[in-house]
Amino acid sequence: MTKFSQPNDLEQYRQTLQKQRDTKKTCISICSGTGCHAYASEKVVSAFEDQLKKQNLTNMVDMKRTGCHGFCEKGPIVVIHPHNYCYVKVKPEDVTEIITQTIQQGKPVNRLLYEDPELGKKIVLETDIPFYKNQTRLIFGNNRKIDPKSIDDYIALDGYKALVKTLTKMTPQQVLDEVKKANLRGRGGGGFPTGRKWETTKNASAEPKYVIVNCDEGDPGAYMDRSLMEGNPHSVLEGLIIGAYAIGAHEGFIYVRQEYPLAVENTEHAIKQAEEYGLIGKNILGSGFDFTIKVHRGAGAFVSGESSALMSAIEGRVGEPRPKYIHTAVSGLWNKPTCLNNVETWANVPFIINNGAQWFASMGTPNSTGTKIFSLVGNVNNTGLVEVPMGVTLREIIYDIGGGIPNGKRLKAVQTGGPSGGCIPEKYLDLPVDFDELYNIGSMMGSGGMIVMDEDTCMVDIARYFVNFLSQESCGKCLPCREGLRQMNRILNDITAGKAFEEDLELLEELSEVVQMSALCALGQSAPNPVLSTIKYFRDEYEAHLRGECPSKVCKALINYKIDPAKCKGCGLCTKNCPAEAISGEKKGVHHIDSERCIKCGNCLEVCKFDAVLKTTGKQIPISKR
Amino acid sequence: MTTISLNIDGKTIKAEEGTTVLKAAQKAGINIPTLCHDDRLEPYGACRFCMVEVEKNSRKKLVASCCYPAENGLVVRTKTENIDKIRKLLAELLLSISPSGAHVDIAKQYGVVESRFKQTESPESPCSLCGLCVRYCAEVKNKHAVCFVGRGVDRTIALVPGLSDTCSSCRECFNVCDAGKIVYLVDMIQEISCPPLKSSFKSSD
Repeated sequence: MTKFSQPNDLEQYRQTLQKQRDTKKTCISICSGTGCHAYASEKVVSAFEDQLKKQNLTNMVDMKRTGCHGFCEKGPIVVIHPHNYCYVKVKPEDVTEIITQTIQQGKPVNRLLYEDPELGKKIVLETDIPFYKNQTRLIFGNNRKIDPKSIDDYIALDGYKALVKTLTKMTPQQVLDEVKKANLRGRGGGGFPTGRKWETTKNASAEPKYVIVNCDEGDPGAYMDRSLMEGNPHSVLEGLIIGAYAIGAHEGFIYVRQEYPLAVENTEHAIKQAEEYGLIGKNILGSGFDFTIKVHRGAGAFVSGESSALMSAIEGRVGEPRPKYIHTAVSGLWNKPTCLNNVETWANVPFIINNGAQWFASMGTPNSTGTKIFSLVGNVNNTGLVEVPMGVTLREIIYDIGGGIPNGKRLKAVQTGGPSGGCIPEKYLDLPVDFDELYNIGSMMGSGGMIVMDEDTCMVDIARYFVNFLSQESCGKCLPCREGLRQMNRILNDITAGKAFEEDLELLEELSEVVQMSALCALGQSAPNPVLSTIKYFRDEYEAHLRGECPSKVCKALINYKIDPAKCKGCGLCTKNCPAEAISGEKKGVHHIDSERCIKCGNCLEVCKFDAVLKTTGKQIPISKR
Repeated sequence: MTTISLNIDGKTIKAEEGTTVLKAAQKAGINIPTLCHDDRLEPYGACRFCMVEVEKNSRKKLVASCCYPAENGLVVRTKTENIDKIRKLLAELLLSISPSGAHVDIAKQYGVVESRFKQTESPESPCSLCGLCVRYCAEVKNKHAVCFVGRGVDRTIALVPGLSDTCSSCRECFNVCDAGKIVYLVDMIQEISCPPLKSSFKSSD
């Protein structure tokens, strides 16, 4: 492949590619994102390869390993084009049937189609599945059409068109103005206006200037940046090159977590391809603009996602935040002006350039424009990645797209914004989700984590979990974060163990407020959010714990198992399944649980066929000495 | 040098451009408590005792005065209800690690007699992890013989193995470490002459 030395070369190449591509030709698109990969999608790929070869179909059928489709609950996902049939939970043994029925006869394989659980009806077309139908897939849409290892796939889908437009028709200032007009806000957490950040770096006097992609996504349960970087790396590269042009940077870094090996691999591969095509490097498309990109692998610290810590890490030092009273946009990497944006933020840029700021701003709410990708996880039927316009309600996301709560349970809360976000109670289900609305009720957008919790969740236990996570992930530099989180963790442990008093709860609140006000970086400042939001909306649960009750019957120290003598038939199944030998009783006689020995694993409750085992909570029950 | 003017606790104060709020206040005789600050070292902003309220364009925020640049027209308040609340609680947090040290005076100033927090049993020695020893060794002595190891609640101070000669002939970090903890450093330095180290380093490191 020769380098494109001018924009026209790329446009001609694109036209050739598009002409070569026969849209009527059958194409098997197999999701190879991390979720489907874990469901052994690679075996499905090999099975297709084998079968196609055996039946001499290799030339008639295209096959594609794509990035994450987002419907991870139902993986591995296989979509057959041009029919647009979507098969879920595909196993290697299903492949022969797909080939004979769909590839050769054009008919869908009924049993592999997604079934709408409400209507009990099979849905043939991918676009008709409620999970997809109710989304607006702008940034994430091309993931399922592209082989992330193929730059040609991206170019054929108008990839790098925005770059051409930028370099040929726009001045750096015009690019900046467009992004500002679009009112794009940072997708990584804070929601800071991207255009203003770019402008600060652009106007800073020092040289050189740097641009950085932050792909240090570490929130438990969140994987949107990962899937974008793995599935469509060129969209991020294109945004980054355009941003660098606007800002006047000639060097960029992509900070990817070491724990995301496929993202590292695909990003490095994409950079190499883009360099070969002359889209990165010296004199890009003959424009005179030079730009290079390096991948930096993170070493596993959550706090390194904080911008100043991330820059420290790239410099080769320990990833620790520093006070940012002089913004990193002015004095960042090696004390030079540095513009850092999240993966999704950069990926928005080509869309703004191609379609214009007005078009972009028409999506979403006035102060939160465009779409947002959420990672919808927890107690929800359709776990996966969801992209919706800003301002859509939580109810639409959880029920229309997410398919509601499994097992007919009731929703209790939604945790948004990762470990330092807040827990939103059910009463705010109709709240439009955007940066400001979430902030106003004590949570935040964060990078888009959304954990759904049903009625069986103990909110105190949730707060304890997140504070424990953050106390481990705090860098330990500043006193309020390190010692404050240590003590918050202690108090929460005491509360869930039934060892706390009213004054402990008051101290916890006071400490949370102080940590919020005084910590050095955003990790510490936002770390008390899970505590403060759960105290605000679920204070009764905290108070119940002080009385020795866990209303959701989760906290082990506060629950007990006992056998209802009226229901026990003396079958002995519980005795057999008790790992602690805590259950005794004569055959056919009423059994009894020794609360001193019981480890509260709940096995007895699960195996009992007569609903004779009861889970109780409250002070009258002796708490195990364990 | 350009002279700027800012308002601290109602007083108009002249300062040199490029200085910090803390230095400007100190020069004007206004006391702001600090633990991790030393004029010889780069501002660090870790202990958070020096937090003050700054007001700019009618927007107020809490900042660490040791790092915050003094600006023309800036309004600074070194004592507010929130600042008192922060300092009092930070002193309590430190008392839960160590009953002695520079924070005891601050605690007294803010009326703290006893910490409401449970005591943290330190495996090695009470240390506020202010980092003065680490930074003094790096920035003034340019030796980098003292360092932090571990993250979050596991963070601790250690000596870089193999630099025992440097340390035994220097010991200047003793002077920057506040009283109660100096014993700890002495212990560590003595360990250097009798390897293997008991510090947090494993031999493979």
